[in-house]
Amino acid sequence: MAEMRYLRAINQALADAMAADPSVILIGEDVSEAGGAFGASRGLRERFGAERVIDTPISEAALAGAAVGAALSGLRPVAEIMFMDFTTLVMDALVNQAAKARFMFGGQRSVPMVLRTPHGGGLGAGPQHSQCLEAWFAHVPGLKVVCPSDPASAYGLLRAAIADPDPVVFIEHKALYAMKGEVPDDLPVIPLGQAGILRHGRDVSIVAYGAAVHTALTAATQLAGEGIEAEVVDLRSIQPWDEETVLASLSRTHHLVVVHEAVEAFGVGAEIVARMADIGFDELDGPILRVAAPFMPVPFSKGLETAYLPSPERVAAAVRRTLA
Amino acid sequence: MSEPTTPAAPSTGHNAAAELLALYRSLVLIRRCEERLSTMFADGEVPGFIHLSIGQEAVSAGVMAALTPQDTIASTHRGHGHAIAKGLSLDGFFAELLARDTGLCRGRGGSMHVADMSVGMLGANGIVGAGLSIALGSALAHRTLKNDAIAVAFFGDGALAEGLMHECLNMAALWKLPLLFVCENNGWGEFLPTSKQLSFSLEGLAAAYGIPHVAIDGNDVAVVAAHAARLVAEVRSEGPRILECQTTRVRGHFEGDAQKYRDPDELAALSERDPLGIAAGQLAAMGVGETALSDIATEIAARIEAAVAAARAAPAPLFEAAMADVYTGAGIGQPAMQGDA
Ligand SMILES: Cc1ncc(C[n+]2csc(CCOP(=O)(O)OP(=O)(O)O)c2C)c(N)n1
Repeated sequence: MAEMRYLRAINQALADAMAADPSVILIGEDVSEAGGAFGASRGLRERFGAERVIDTPISEAALAGAAVGAALSGLRPVAEIMFMDFTTLVMDALVNQAAKARFMFGGQRSVPMVLRTPHGGGLGAGPQHSQCLEAWFAHVPGLKVVCPSDPASAYGLLRAAIADPDPVVFIEHKALYAMKGEVPDDLPVIPLGQAGILRHGRDVSIVAYGAAVHTALTAATQLAGEGIEAEVVDLRSIQPWDEETVLASLSRTHHLVVVHEAVEAFGVGAEIVARMADIGFDELDGPILRVAAPFMPVPFSKGLETAYLPSPERVAAAVRRTLA
Repeated sequence: MSEPTTPAAPSTGHNAAAELLALYRSLVLIRRCEERLSTMFADGEVPGFIHLSIGQEAVSAGVMAALTPQDTIASTHRGHGHAIAKGLSLDGFFAELLARDTGLCRGRGGSMHVADMSVGMLGANGIVGAGLSIALGSALAHRTLKNDAIAVAFFGDGALAEGLMHECLNMAALWKLPLLFVCENNGWGEFLPTSKQLSFSLEGLAAAYGIPHVAIDGNDVAVVAAHAARLVAEVRSEGPRILECQTTRVRGHFEGDAQKYRDPDELAALSERDPLGIAAGQLAAMGVGETALSDIATEIAARIEAAVAAARAAPAPLFEAAMADVYTGAGIGQPAMQGDA
């Protein structure tokens, strides 16, 4: 076991994928000479050359569309969109082209591309640099969506995403880039669609992904002080999501709280809750609750943003409510 | 940067007639396929929308004659001609338009999404301008893989107003990609003349991006073929080029469109610029007899009828098979079927 930062794990995954497969290329704004706006591709141009680590102009729509065309023509492109907010500019490439190509061309060819992009608040970046838009993409048949919560899963999921034959939207959390965590020495690949159980408990299941996993873990520690043992499930993949693991956890605890940073309305949590209310109905001993952001743009002021983000206190309150 | 508009003479020499005859065959194949589709559409046999390229066949035939099977093309909503000229399976084409399981896309794409990866046809596209960035990426892949292939982006004059056009011209020029932009300028974008949609010309745009541009008579297949051959060679060694083909949209925007918005005189004049008529006239002047042309017509009619008959007899697509193609393979990474617990 070694310690590694989340950003470094992403960098390592990109490097290992490029070393393993010469058809992997990186493309995006400032990914090459500058090594990435956040530093995710630092050193890769030096190692793999400017032909495989490609700086683009500020042309999100074209670079994402080019990733689709390159993927249809024999490469495995990893495109970076600097902030998830800017995926608004690449909707056609992802939603109408990448997602549907395999299906609408009758399975002739798949689109093995990854679109990496950071989401999330906590940095005071304001309404256009903090949004969590993952539910949009999880809603589109043909796209896969993942969101790792720690360095080990960031490495393992990114390797799996790059190896995957289908288009994957790989979402990183800006506030986690500096986070340190234990990673196994052999850096295992983590299959898409498999959740992880980060804390075992008998009283309630808390399902979360991305930075909200840490909110859930903090809440679980607080609750343990009150004698409530929470099980924390890190979803890791949002589409496909691991309903078996979630259902198994619910079947042990009979109570479920879902936590995420994206707005609550029409979100990922709504899908999980609806599904568990269906296939897990007989297991439920209390209401299924969601803890997520209010229905407002991400505010800039520190005070407003803190109030906006889901907190351990709100998670703990939800747990107490479902147990009551 | 843009060159003066100098339509090339048809290539001379003893092969000229044979070359033109091959191009003519391609024109007739596209025309007869689309006429067949037009009838079947009117009879209610072709579902959805179809956008015919009647009047524009010379662009497809002329450009594709300059390409190898490794070269890739990204097409538009009006893509039948591109697909047919690139050499896609005719049986698969008709089966797709009739929504059969034997269709190239197994009945999931239809007219606006016909693709045949085996001949480098990366797909028609229902989104105006979207093929531009797909061709851009394909050109990037060719260069990265050093396979000596090029990519061609076909687009209509209406797509010039899309932002993606400008991003792609810039990136292609910046990176000197092996990418040929082919504009089919038929003067219309749906129901509005493009003169009322654009404040600029493609020639001016090309100059702004520093990409060599040539505007030609896109209805003279020999002219298109000659320019395409030259530009494709330049694209392979030097980088992007723009070929602007002045052409004619004879049918409506889609089948069923009565074109009430068009001047009857304009429509009547289109026959003078018919690509098939122009090529037939040139062939006659070269001494190619009527029988050579009628032999082609007979052979093509038989091919089309066989493809139509096979398509009609083919089974409908299976829902389960479609469901299994949303993602590649099964097992881990295959999302659960929703709602069937
Ligand atoms: C992004 C987008 N906007 C609008 C449309 C509707 N539409 C389909 S074809 C077309 C006109 C395109 O004109 P042009 O590019 O000149 O091609 P033409 O039809 O003349 O061949 C429009 C507006 C579309 N399919 N996609």
